[in-house]
Amino acid sequence: MKIDGLEVKTDEGVQELSLFHRWPVRTPRPVVKKLVPHNPLVTGQRVVDTFFPISQGGTATVPGPFGSGKTVIQHQLAKWSDAHIIVYIGCGERGNEMTDVLQEFPELIDPTSGRPLMERTVLIANTSNMPVAAREASVYTGITIAEYFRDMGLNVAVMADSTSRWAEAMREMSGRLEEMPGEEGYPAYLPSRIADFYERAGRTKCLGRDGRIGTLSVIGAVSPPGGDLSDPVVQATLKVVKVFWSLEDQLAFERHFPAIGWLSSYSLYHDNLKDYFRNEVAERWEGIRAESMELLQKEAELKELVRLVGVDSLSPQDRLILETTKSIREDFLHQSAFDRDDAYTRLSKQFRMLHVILELHRACLKAVERRVPLRQLLDLPVRERISRMRHVPEDGLGQFDAMIEEINSQVADRSREDRAEEE
Amino acid sequence: MVTEYSTIGDIAGPLILLHSVDHATFEELVEVELPDGELRRGKVLEVDHTNVLVQLFEGTRGVDIAKTKVRFLGRGLELSVSLDILGRIFNGLGIPIDDGPKIIPEKRLDINGTPINPYARIYPQKFIQTGISAIDGLNTLVRGQKLPIFSGFGLPHSELAAQIARQATVPSAEAAFAIVFAAMGITFEEANYFIQDFQETGAMERVVLFINLANDPTIERIATPRAALTAAEYLAFERGMHVLVILTDMTNYCEALREVSVARKEIPGRRGYPGYLYTDLATIYERAGLLKGEKKGEVREGSITQIPVLSMPDDDKTHPIPDLTGYITEGQIILDRVLHHKGIYPPINVLPSLSRLRDKGIGEGRTREDHAQVANQLFSSYARSKEVEELAVVLGEAALTETDRAFMAFGERFERTFVQQALNDNRSIEQTLNVGWNLLTMIPRTEIKRIRDEFVEKYLPREDAEPGSGDSTGA
Repeated sequence: MKIDGLEVKTDEGVQELSLFHRWPVRTPRPVVKKLVPHNPLVTGQRVVDTFFPISQGGTATVPGPFGSGKTVIQHQLAKWSDAHIIVYIGCGERGNEMTDVLQEFPELIDPTSGRPLMERTVLIANTSNMPVAAREASVYTGITIAEYFRDMGLNVAVMADSTSRWAEAMREMSGRLEEMPGEEGYPAYLPSRIADFYERAGRTKCLGRDGRIGTLSVIGAVSPPGGDLSDPVVQATLKVVKVFWSLEDQLAFERHFPAIGWLSSYSLYHDNLKDYFRNEVAERWEGIRAESMELLQKEAELKELVRLVGVDSLSPQDRLILETTKSIREDFLHQSAFDRDDAYTRLSKQFRMLHVILELHRACLKAVERRVPLRQLLDLPVRERISRMRHVPEDGLGQFDAMIEEINSQVADRSREDRAEEE
Repeated sequence: MVTEYSTIGDIAGPLILLHSVDHATFEELVEVELPDGELRRGKVLEVDHTNVLVQLFEGTRGVDIAKTKVRFLGRGLELSVSLDILGRIFNGLGIPIDDGPKIIPEKRLDINGTPINPYARIYPQKFIQTGISAIDGLNTLVRGQKLPIFSGFGLPHSELAAQIARQATVPSAEAAFAIVFAAMGITFEEANYFIQDFQETGAMERVVLFINLANDPTIERIATPRAALTAAEYLAFERGMHVLVILTDMTNYCEALREVSVARKEIPGRRGYPGYLYTDLATIYERAGLLKGEKKGEVREGSITQIPVLSMPDDDKTHPIPDLTGYITEGQIILDRVLHHKGIYPPINVLPSLSRLRDKGIGEGRTREDHAQVANQLFSSYARSKEVEELAVVLGEAALTETDRAFMAFGERFERTFVQQALNDNRSIEQTLNVGWNLLTMIPRTEIKRIRDEFVEKYLPREDAEPGSGDSTGA
């Protein structure tokens, strides 16, 4: 019996029209063609947007040991990223975490639409004590729902937490089917299944006459045993995703959150997104990002050196670098998900925060070259103001210009004092 | 009429294979009568046409092929519950072993329970005060949480678990409090430590004990935590009590699971543990929490808070058991051998320890407005002190800057006054936070970056106060 819809005659034969779609979840929904993504998925998380951005229609993965904050990051992205629809797949994770989302999201307000966050969220709940066969399917259910909304021309983001549980469900079922196991007991088809899943992401021209463009971004968490990145699920995922946010437990111990390691993470979308940042945020966006990355890289080398010979043997310039990178780490990269001012930072504020830190660095560097003693520069009063700049409200960006003025005047003062002392 | 079968074909480890069985069902309870009249129990693991694989809880020693009789009971393993279970001692299958009267059941409950729909849960956010600073202050336990203790052989995890059970209070608690204790494969002495502790403190009448000692049947161990949690669920969700469940030692449980898996010739996962270890552990750990009431917006009385104890083989956190546990539970309390050797009790290493529910369970109205920020500051300062310590080993203390030296002194005193406390020292959350603030006077003001100015103004002790001294330092 077929009473689902209405039959309509069109040029292409008789078509069925109904108020809903049925779709087999393991088959991707068709599109006209895939396009190259060029807009960032703005997440309000400084380390993500500035250093390792993901595009709308992009793919990212967050592997990390337990306790490194995978789920908090997924929740933050679900809360703050500027997608129209969020599909959150709780795959084999804790029941209380799903409850948290269910209780919190209706109360939170979506910063872009002003409506409760729950209205744009779809949750797929398969907690760790629920049946394994459903777990294997939950990921496909989620992405099919996401594709449905993408076909309406919306920007959709899928968070899968965690794809390791999905892979383990595959392993368990494969074991029960007595299939020949591949690496670590996972079925041999694991890498191709993972690739198929992430390939369903993208910026696409949807079916239909109006040429709608929809995007589907996928962010998958991976929970490798013991945080070991040689795990087959991590390796198979890294082969297909373009953004890698590496969670480090050392950072988590220091309560540096998000615990995304800046030296091991990467994003392959910088080139695609360069124009957007230059035109929409600031001309110098790429410049300051590259400059800070270089400093952080240098810091790692210097720290090795300090370990061997002590901090006193460094040149003043190098010691200044250590001060600056400390400020980048503590004042910029560290972001509290639970602080009301700090949980979300707009791109314009992100740029200014980093800009101020680098301005201070340059000003101090010049002073050091004029032989102003380093200790004079390390206790500048403005440093304390910088360490609190995360609390500057989004509509008070003028304060950053004031900070830059302060930097210049205070550095100038110190240089003058120093000269006066010499005389 | 119950059919008796004497068609045993094979015996392998704890498993027996029966032929020509009609209507056996998965997970069905089985009674086995040995030739000498002894009764044992088992459950159905596999049904393949008329062949049935049965796992015996008490092992297969003495079972023979010819004369042993097997009966299928038509139900799963059940636990008889009523309020009379309080104060009683049961074996791993839930049968009383304390010479007390028989339990007249109000209900029989399937020990496997049912998964809780996340939509029916209430997010745990009520603070439980354990009186232990390293837990209350930095890794706060919340009612309805599952927070395991990761320990090693020879570390005082039993003392800590008993101290938590003794001191745990819920500020403004309205309902009754009960403890369900499940011992799995631990020694008589360890189990006795708990029983004695409960008796001495008069807690025994609120305690239900399930004891499966090291020399009790291994397979019974697989049912032990499930029986205990069934009792807990009854007390919590039908009798409205706040139940604290202590499961010790989960490592022994997992080994029992491995024994069965190997006997069944399953493809092993890491270190010989079965591939479904994660799923299996989840069916235990997820049986904690709070439920919604019948009416909309109502909270059902009662809660289950779990403190599983597990010993990490060779203190290795990446061993499959602690690793998979960490992925399911809401944090972990890690005991550290170095601290233990320094004579610090409880030897909680706060850096890798974590309570995932902390941030929603603390703050204004629950503990104190400054709690979260003080905790973060203490964490990052202690981490810094550890870094400095490493540096000092390489370069010598003389090479350290003044700030570094301040941090090093901070770290030392942090361990001695904040982490360390006596077995009977029960600190209120205010005391804990004050000890923390006193410690923060030891580091330069500019280094206090994780706390809002207003709180620093309000709570940081004045400079003239003696640094590091508190009302209850326990040193």
